[in-house]
Amino acid sequence: MRKELLIALRATVVTLLLTGLLYPLATTGAAELLFSERANGSLARGDTGQVVGSELIGQVFATPPYLQGRPSAAGNGYDPTASSGSNLGPTSKKLRDRAIADVARLRKENPDAPMPIPDDLVTASASGLDPELSPEAALWQAPRIARARGVAEDRIRAVIENRTEARDLGFLGEPRVNVLEVNLTLDQQFGKPHPAGPTAAAGTR
Amino acid sequence: MTLVGWVQVLVFFALIVAVTKPLGVFMHRVFETGEAPLGRFLGRIENSIYKLFGVDPKREQDWKEYCFALLAFSALGVLVTYGIERLQGHLPFNPQHFPGVPQELAFNTAGSFVTNTNWQSYSGESTMSYLTQMAGLAWHNFTSAASGIAVALCLARGFTRRGGPAGPKTLGNFWVDLNRSILYVLLPLSFLFALVLVSQGVIQNLKPYLDVTTLEGAKQTLTLGPVASQEAIKQLGTNGGGFFNANAAHPFENPTPFTNLISLFLIFAIPAGLTYTYGRMAKDSKQGWILFAAMSFLFFAGLVVCYHAEAGGNSAFAGLPLQQTLGNMEGKEARFGVAASTLYATVTTDASCGAVNAMHDSFTALGGLVPLVNIELSEVVFGGVGAGLYGMLIFVVLSVFIAGLMVGRTPEYLGKKVEAKDIQLATLYILVFPIIILGFAAWAAVSAMGVSSLNNNGAHGLSEILYAFSSAAGNNGSAFAGLNANTPFWNIALGISMLAGRFLMIVPALGIAGAMVAKKVVAPSLGTFPTNGPLFAFLLVSVILIVGALTFFPALSLGPIVDHFQSLQGKVF
Repeated sequence: MRKELLIALRATVVTLLLTGLLYPLATTGAAELLFSERANGSLARGDTGQVVGSELIGQVFATPPYLQGRPSAAGNGYDPTASSGSNLGPTSKKLRDRAIADVARLRKENPDAPMPIPDDLVTASASGLDPELSPEAALWQAPRIARARGVAEDRIRAVIENRTEARDLGFLGEPRVNVLEVNLTLDQQFGKPHPAGPTAAAGTR
Repeated sequence: MTLVGWVQVLVFFALIVAVTKPLGVFMHRVFETGEAPLGRFLGRIENSIYKLFGVDPKREQDWKEYCFALLAFSALGVLVTYGIERLQGHLPFNPQHFPGVPQELAFNTAGSFVTNTNWQSYSGESTMSYLTQMAGLAWHNFTSAASGIAVALCLARGFTRRGGPAGPKTLGNFWVDLNRSILYVLLPLSFLFALVLVSQGVIQNLKPYLDVTTLEGAKQTLTLGPVASQEAIKQLGTNGGGFFNANAAHPFENPTPFTNLISLFLIFAIPAGLTYTYGRMAKDSKQGWILFAAMSFLFFAGLVVCYHAEAGGNSAFAGLPLQQTLGNMEGKEARFGVAASTLYATVTTDASCGAVNAMHDSFTALGGLVPLVNIELSEVVFGGVGAGLYGMLIFVVLSVFIAGLMVGRTPEYLGKKVEAKDIQLATLYILVFPIIILGFAAWAAVSAMGVSSLNNNGAHGLSEILYAFSSAAGNNGSAFAGLNANTPFWNIALGISMLAGRFLMIVPALGIAGAMVAKKVVAPSLGTFPTNGPLFAFLLVSVILIVGALTFFPALSLGPIVDHFQSLQGKVF
């Protein structure tokens, strides 16, 4: 029995070194070599090359000129250090009240948008960091963005349609629009909106 | 439900059917032939590892020795991971300077990963250092998966070895099975698929978190870490523990519908392959395919219900001016939508994986019932790596026994008589599970320590409790995650459930293997009930469903089923 325990101890050390250190470190090395940009977070850059976030991680957009993402339950909204869904079930009063408030806010902020509202705009994603929207939910916001930027709605719609990704391989998942990519393109084509600053972004949702 | 949604499902399932035989044959070579299946170089590494272990790979163990080795190795695993968690503040690879993990949480987490559960009472991104993630947790993703495979092999050898009473009573060597499953199956596939995942956007680095200024001028902290290496083995080993709190819903763990498909494939690959390995060990591949067929039936049955329920939208929004054509999107990611989310929820709970790409707590009542029922059917629908096969074989024993009762003959399986002792052990295996779940759930439901952690009121709150203990005892690890499990009561109760749900079931399974291996082999006669035909598959599915329903229906009817009728009436609490 003591012999078996000794074997167990040695096996613990060997497997830990092999699968707990060697494997992840070798993977890190190979990933850095082959796909460095992906391995380090697919960072998105603004017009001057500064990092403005990650293509894959949603961020708070609360001002009218920007395409806005879904409600987020991650911290105070899109906080990557606290990824989470709302975990509210179908008989939750909190969920219903939140949706009622979001509908009221969306109608107020989007007086020209058609009814009904696409439901991904009032439902919190699973991660709280969802970087994307359904194409319907993105196009729904076009009138507001167009008015805030003072450009024709068609041009906003064109940007969104251009940025719409089809299902992977034609049948996997859902068609979608990356919110940050659309906003970077909007800024590039129509200039940065004014005023933009921390005060405008303070809204937490 | 949409046509394209079903195409996605069928392509996934076709991939699993396609991989079953080649992977099954490969694993048969790995575990039953003693060859070095991946070339001489790895063969040499294999042998040096035995030297480092200090074992003679030629020497086989009987069931008790095998069991002792597994238990000793697992116990040390709990201690080491507990130690790493507690001490992480003083150890390297901790760029965020996270302090040591508190006692109860460290215990819960160590038990969770050793048992292949990967229940997470913590948020990875704000609690665990990179060292803890890699050496404390991902290490167990390999070893607990390998241990599961070992137990399945042991039980399969018990049924299929033909030595008779005069032959050896040994079942293999735990250290050999452990080493070979890591070296030849888990490590190479994990490394390969980790890199595929990185190429699609899953991160893999050791850098500190990155502060950025967003387009609107706010500050955002991007979390980083060695994610892909953990993600690959987490799926392949049906472990399910996410690097981040949001698990495979997090875009850094599962960035695209394509990575989602890869994850699903990895979860089912080994459990499906093992059914073929088993058929080959029984020298009758139909014995394996019939298990595969029974599993597939239960898989599709659950999926149809779950997908249909979620596609119908969320009753909490009834009457609001919302267009719910996408289905119930609360707790789901836009890139996955309802089809890929419900497929994932079904797969992860059929297998005892427990990774999630959508929040089960926010599913509709019936949509959330499916994952819960999948777990409560003992996760034999492909199941955890190894655990699914040995769980299914226990149900096979039970089915053969019931068939024997019906025709009034001593039941036999693969030519070996199933006797009173075997049935006692099988019954013990079946009973441990509901006793843990229902016992603890009852306690939690009536105590302040239990209900104070709930996130939802009404019947849905009971569903959260039932799901937590089912997930823990079933070694699944997914959650109705609104429940705040990071309290001393929940951490300890769930920790005990996980350890009991693993080891109190492994021991009887190995006991059956030990009892079976040296039994006399009788030639099949006219009275033998064939276990390789559709009639047997039907009987097997019926036994699984009846045992599950008799055990859990009363509790489920107070949780998700009441929840369903209340949501139909548009009630909120």
